Amino acid sequence: MPLKSIVVTAIVAFAAGLVFASFAGYELFIPGLLEGTWITIQITVGGALLAVVAAFIAALARMYGPAPIRWLASAYIEVFRGTSALVQLFWLFFVLPQLGVTLSPMTSAILALGLNIGAYGAEVVRGAINGVSRDQWEATIALNMSRVLALRRIILPQAFVAMIPPWGNLFIELLKSTALVSLITISDLTFRAQQMNQATFRTLEIFTLVLLIYLGISLLITFGMRALERVATGGIVRGRAS
Amino acid sequence: MVRFSGVTKRYGDLTVLDNLDLDVAPQEKVAIIGPSGSGKTTVLRMLMTLEPIDEGVIYVDGKPLTHMESNGGLVRANEKYLRSVRGNIGMVFQHFNLFPHMTVLRNCTEAPINVLGLSKAEAEERAVELLELVGLGDKLGEYPQRLSGGQKQRVAIARALAMRPKVMLFDEVTSALDPELVGEVLNAIRMLGKQFQLTMLMVTHQMGFAKEFADRVCFFYEGKIHEEGPPEEIFNSPKRERTHQFLSAVLEAG
Amino acid sequence: MFWDWDYAFDVLPVLAKASIVTIQATLAGFILALVLGLVFAIMRMSRNRAVTGATTAVVEFIRSTPLLIQIFFIYFVLPEFGIVLDAFLAGTLALGIHYATYCSEVYRAGIEAIPRGQWEAATALNLSPATTFKDIIIPQAIPPVVPALGNYLVALFKETPLLSAIAVLELMQTAKILGSQNFRYIEPITLVGVFFLIFSLIASAAIRCAERRLSTIGKR
Repeated sequence: MPLKSIVVTAIVAFAAGLVFASFAGYELFIPGLLEGTWITIQITVGGALLAVVAAFIAALARMYGPAPIRWLASAYIEVFRGTSALVQLFWLFFVLPQLGVTLSPMTSAILALGLNIGAYGAEVVRGAINGVSRDQWEATIALNMSRVLALRRIILPQAFVAMIPPWGNLFIELLKSTALVSLITISDLTFRAQQMNQATFRTLEIFTLVLLIYLGISLLITFGMRALERVATGGIVRGRAS
Repeated sequence: MVRFSGVTKRYGDLTVLDNLDLDVAPQEKVAIIGPSGSGKTTVLRMLMTLEPIDEGVIYVDGKPLTHMESNGGLVRANEKYLRSVRGNIGMVFQHFNLFPHMTVLRNCTEAPINVLGLSKAEAEERAVELLELVGLGDKLGEYPQRLSGGQKQRVAIARALAMRPKVMLFDEVTSALDPELVGEVLNAIRMLGKQFQLTMLMVTHQMGFAKEFADRVCFFYEGKIHEEGPPEEIFNSPKRERTHQFLSAVLEAG
Repeated sequence: MFWDWDYAFDVLPVLAKASIVTIQATLAGFILALVLGLVFAIMRMSRNRAVTGATTAVVEFIRSTPLLIQIFFIYFVLPEFGIVLDAFLAGTLALGIHYATYCSEVYRAGIEAIPRGQWEAATALNLSPATTFKDIIIPQAIPPVVPALGNYLVALFKETPLLSAIAVLELMQTAKILGSQNFRYIEPITLVGVFFLIFSLIASAAIRCAERRLSTIGKR
């Protein structure tokens, strides 16, 4: 999103936050919401790490693996992209225990959300690798590099820069989908919001504040990814062909 | 040094190279000329193993390049075998193909370190020497984006040489350059011819350079060598009509 | 023993019935998303900078926050202002508004891809801005973005299980109720997953087909 709109949004959010925080009695629900925020952040970070690892493994397996591994990777990507995140979460939480595998709610949450975003991430990784021009591969052949070396040292570093913006979007999708974990008894921000709502009936303030907290984390992710992009390009003008 | 034996290449119905036989002696410099679509670039790309061949065998230094011996016969080479024979050959591309995320120096040390197993110090010493030779000793820390086309192409030459190939391939290396930058790249190639014991194959549109530099000129037409011989003979008294037509068209335009 | 076919066939008709609610929510939500998305897109291109800024802020805000909270917001907060919606309506409204922000980006890309010459020709013919949009820009901008909109239809469809959080009796909620009644979640939840997978695969095949057809039209 354009920088100007971020600034506008942030100012609006800040003003709204001030208004709501000045309401009397906020101490009743603020601490609970902050605890929930911490859980939400933990799940987001855990899920993001898993998503990146899963995405790279799946994408590379799908592109360069031997046939059975390629099929496995394709199946993973299609199944996790084709079914809904909530179905995946419920499957891990309700179905797996009946098959004899019991995971803690936190583990189920990170696993389901991380693998879900990872499936989308795999397509991002694949697209970025395909976006590196064929000429670069030919240069590595002319220098007698192995495919693994070429991928690791020449292709992936160039693909990496192109991946950063779409990954930023995926991380925001991940953050948004963490709200689902409130439905499997994890006391994340969304869960706390409902809990505090039932306890205090300050419905408007609580839900508005919760939306603003999510917005704040989204903006942090956006700024973080921007900074990462600047570092990755290293101040050099990006150019494909050289 | 390099021998094409009955090599054929097709793209679908189109036969790009038709039963090509070509022998290149050690340290011979062969210029390949011809109209576009005559298969001349394909010759280099197959020799660099960038394109598989459909029929025939290519030998480099007496060993089959595209095929390996197995049970007394020849079978198509696998990746491992290709890597073991490909080290003899280096290539410079029309569009440079430098690695944009690496400095000039790193472009020239990456493969020597990771493929030849040189130490970083050795690789850098060799790279600096070569870069100085092509006149870029002051650009070691620069990124390719900041170089002119001629400078990029000279880096590409140094990068290929850093792998100590016996055969160097030049694929229209001046075609993507502004006219005023062509000279510096040709000078670098002239210098290589004197300083190193290299076999060279070059596809080029620079007829003047081919005439002065090459030991032999091959004129390609419709997937075959239509006429070949010493440069004076090809350029001054071509025997065949097509060759004559092509040369007069090119010389008129150039 | 892992999979009980008899039980699966027992729950299948119940789930099939519930899938109608899922499909209703998808279609109603998507129609709202298409219309509201176009409104957002046009407002974001307004010459009035206050309108542009406000629309941008609203769109970014909705896109950056979870759909689930937005569903709760509409379902729990609006009644405080005297607007009481039933669960299906509240959920569908939230889905539609949420995806309208995505659709607006798609429309915007489509509109921005129209060559400047088209705008200039419309000005030269002295068409009003409204007519220019309605007759010149929109008819050219929409066909190329149909596949992208289709992708969001599939995405919206896959988010309908969120309506189970406010007890709309769609597929997921029905599967959960079946599971808790019979103490067996394996079959109902897996069947729901299979249902989504099949529909998504069909939809993506249809979108690819549309993309191909569009690209051949483009070449003519």
